[in-house]
Amino acid sequence: MSIPFFPPSASTVSTEMDLLYFFIVAVCAFFIVLVVALVVFFAIKYKRKHPDEVGADIHGSLALELLWTAIPFVLSMVMFGWGATLFFKLSRPPADSMEIVVVGKQWMWKIQHPEGVREINELHVPIGVNIRISLGSEDVIHDFFMPAFRVKIDAVPGKITTLWFQATQAGTYHIFCSQYCGTKHSGMVGQVIAMEPQDYAAWLSGGRANGTPVEMGRKLFTDHQCSTCHKEDKSGRGPSLVGVAGNPVQLADGRTVVADDNYLRESIVNSQAKVVQGFQPIMPTFQGQISEENLMQLIAYIKSLKPATGEKK
Amino acid sequence: MAYSEERHSYLDAPYGLKSWLLTKDHKRIAMLYLISITIFFALGGFFAAGIRAELLTPKGDLLTPDLYNKFFSMHGVIMVFFFLVPSIPATLGNFFMPIMIGTKDLAFPRVNLISWYLYVIGGLIGVSVLAMGGIDTGWTFYTPYSTIGSTTNVTFAIVGVFVAGFSSILTGFNFIVTVHRMRAPGMTWFRLPLFVWANYATSLVMILGTPVVAITLVMVAAERSLHLGIFDPKLGGDPVLFQHLFWFYSHPAVYIMILPGMGVMSELVAAMSRKQIFGYSFVAASSLAIAVLGFLVWGHHLFLSSQSIYAGMVFSIITMLVAVPSAVKTFNWAATMYKGSISWESPTYWIIGFMGLFLVGGLTGLFLASMGLDIHMHDTYFVVAHFHYIMVGGAIMAYMGGLHFWWPKMTGKLYNETLAKISAILVFIGFNLTFGPQFIVGYLGMPRRYHTYPDEFQFWNIASTLGAGVLGAGYMLAFIYLVYSIFKGEQASSNPWGAKGLEWTTTSPPPTFNFDKDPIVDEPAYNYNPGGKGVHVGH
Repeated sequence: MSIPFFPPSASTVSTEMDLLYFFIVAVCAFFIVLVVALVVFFAIKYKRKHPDEVGADIHGSLALELLWTAIPFVLSMVMFGWGATLFFKLSRPPADSMEIVVVGKQWMWKIQHPEGVREINELHVPIGVNIRISLGSEDVIHDFFMPAFRVKIDAVPGKITTLWFQATQAGTYHIFCSQYCGTKHSGMVGQVIAMEPQDYAAWLSGGRANGTPVEMGRKLFTDHQCSTCHKEDKSGRGPSLVGVAGNPVQLADGRTVVADDNYLRESIVNSQAKVVQGFQPIMPTFQGQISEENLMQLIAYIKSLKPATGEKK
Repeated sequence: MAYSEERHSYLDAPYGLKSWLLTKDHKRIAMLYLISITIFFALGGFFAAGIRAELLTPKGDLLTPDLYNKFFSMHGVIMVFFFLVPSIPATLGNFFMPIMIGTKDLAFPRVNLISWYLYVIGGLIGVSVLAMGGIDTGWTFYTPYSTIGSTTNVTFAIVGVFVAGFSSILTGFNFIVTVHRMRAPGMTWFRLPLFVWANYATSLVMILGTPVVAITLVMVAAERSLHLGIFDPKLGGDPVLFQHLFWFYSHPAVYIMILPGMGVMSELVAAMSRKQIFGYSFVAASSLAIAVLGFLVWGHHLFLSSQSIYAGMVFSIITMLVAVPSAVKTFNWAATMYKGSISWESPTYWIIGFMGLFLVGGLTGLFLASMGLDIHMHDTYFVVAHFHYIMVGGAIMAYMGGLHFWWPKMTGKLYNETLAKISAILVFIGFNLTFGPQFIVGYLGMPRRYHTYPDEFQFWNIASTLGAGVLGAGYMLAFIYLVYSIFKGEQASSNPWGAKGLEWTTTSPPPTFNFDKDPIVDEPAYNYNPGGKGVHVGH
């Protein structure tokens, strides 16, 4: 029986994560040993020797109180600062990331690559490439966790969450659902297979793809008749969606919001929540009519609508 | 023992089941709580045993997946709501707070009895869910699983927790009024024993936090039965809203569990060292600081739930700040032992055990408060180990220590010292063997609430299950000799430890109105060696 102490370290952040872990382990071990040693030492040294013996008349020491207020304060702030910095880094996918769409549903992970190849409970990724996972949930809250890469994020129904990583070591590692989701929660597991880029390319070409997310999104855009109002030439009853994604949008109530994934998602399922300035709230709701996967594809399509070169926004 | 003296105690006068079930005596109500929470602890322990037995092997070979999910859910619900929350305040707090401040009873004795009935009714409703097949949502009732996913009897369990919540609210309210209005002449705020301070701080958390979780759970029930769109996104709700509301109570609830334990520790360290507590005002103030800060940290459960990063940073920094008053307490306890006169009787074993386990529990919270590290550790067994070190290693260890310390006063009987020491050692070793390996398996990536797991985690799970066996034996042993002492134990003197405090000035067990003569306080708490003139000073 193997006795492992650490998970495989296979991403660009796993070393830093482990370093932070060791730092806190060291600080904690120091204080545990210090206090336990003091307590045991005092208990032995000052053991009661006579039944009516009492302790010395000592009430406290302001200097000591200040000392053991200040030291834990400073150390905990270091832990906060380091942890927050790492969290920031892991919350901001680099711009050049390759986007893979993952949708959790009881009890499986459905995955689609940008080239259209789909897989279930298996995720093939190239090493040395920044990968961004856009995560959704079809039903309850799940959590996409890859311990070897030291990353996880909740899959929250009604929202799109993201995580990113760059694998450094080829190999096969665990995917766990780590937010309790019902009967087969512990069966909602899979494998992430990190491959050399050329192996990944070979794997991709062997996969069955019946359309990239963008292509499927374009088809949905027509099928749901989105295109009748959201015309590219701005002549429709709804705003043109060209160049919208990632840019600020002026709303009818005076606010300005950035059209990120969650804004686009909300505007599809519940269009009345944020109405764009200059347009009537006439779009019907698509709540419950489009699956989470299809929503992700629609968003992928909208994000692909870039203004033609030279044209001003 | 003369007959007249025996009739004197609260236990003997008057006799009869009715006199107990309709009692307004805080001591009798405390004993009723003691019996009822012990039953719930045993029930919660049964489910824990089932979980550990299942996890002995990677495959699910003992329980079905649904049954396993019900086991950990019932374990959590029972242990948190029906054991840990009432444990120290409702038993030791109820019994000793009025005596420690030198009064006859709590401010509202009838309300105190109602609290116990609410607790029992809530508990019975909670347990009746078992007869209906149990619930499978975990004790956290996360939406939308609890509202649209689960087919079990969630609503009924919620009613149980809701009713028991009012027991907490009324107890907290009763304690606060009692401390403000019922102190004996001369018992100023800064002469209060630290156990009273700790219960006061706990009471604040109880009355401010409990209504929030009660309302939140009602909203879950409303969404389940009436399809009101509150948390389910398909009905226009927000599932993360539930997490905010739930943890707004349930994080402070951790302090409801540990603060009274810290209070017990302060009493025990001072008494077993026969020494003034080191830095009294800092220990008292740190209880209040923990109670206040505890209300502002709930978002550290939501770092990965799509909460804003900036909100996360605020929660992370405040969570780190909780480490400061906790460290202050720990250092002050250690310093209290310096140049004390330290008894090696059984309560000291529990004290040392508490210090070790609470330190590990508190410090491992720093890993999870550090946002970056929480990405890897969130929802793994590391979290399970961390909160068990606080709630079992800290709170229950303190509860057991307090029970051993005050047992002669509560029952008038002495238990077997040797067995008590063996029990403390078994619990300490068993506990570390159970939960220590879970830190490692957590960092390896094993998620919580897993019925089956990959083979490479098995070694640590076997260690954990073995430890649980030792831990269970330790608790069982304590149960046996404590119960035995009631029937066959030696009669206790009024002050078997030679400790300070008003509870040791009255008989063991105390009379119905606590004191034969109303006490007047003319010295600070823990005044073991006024002016340094003690006959035998330890050094």
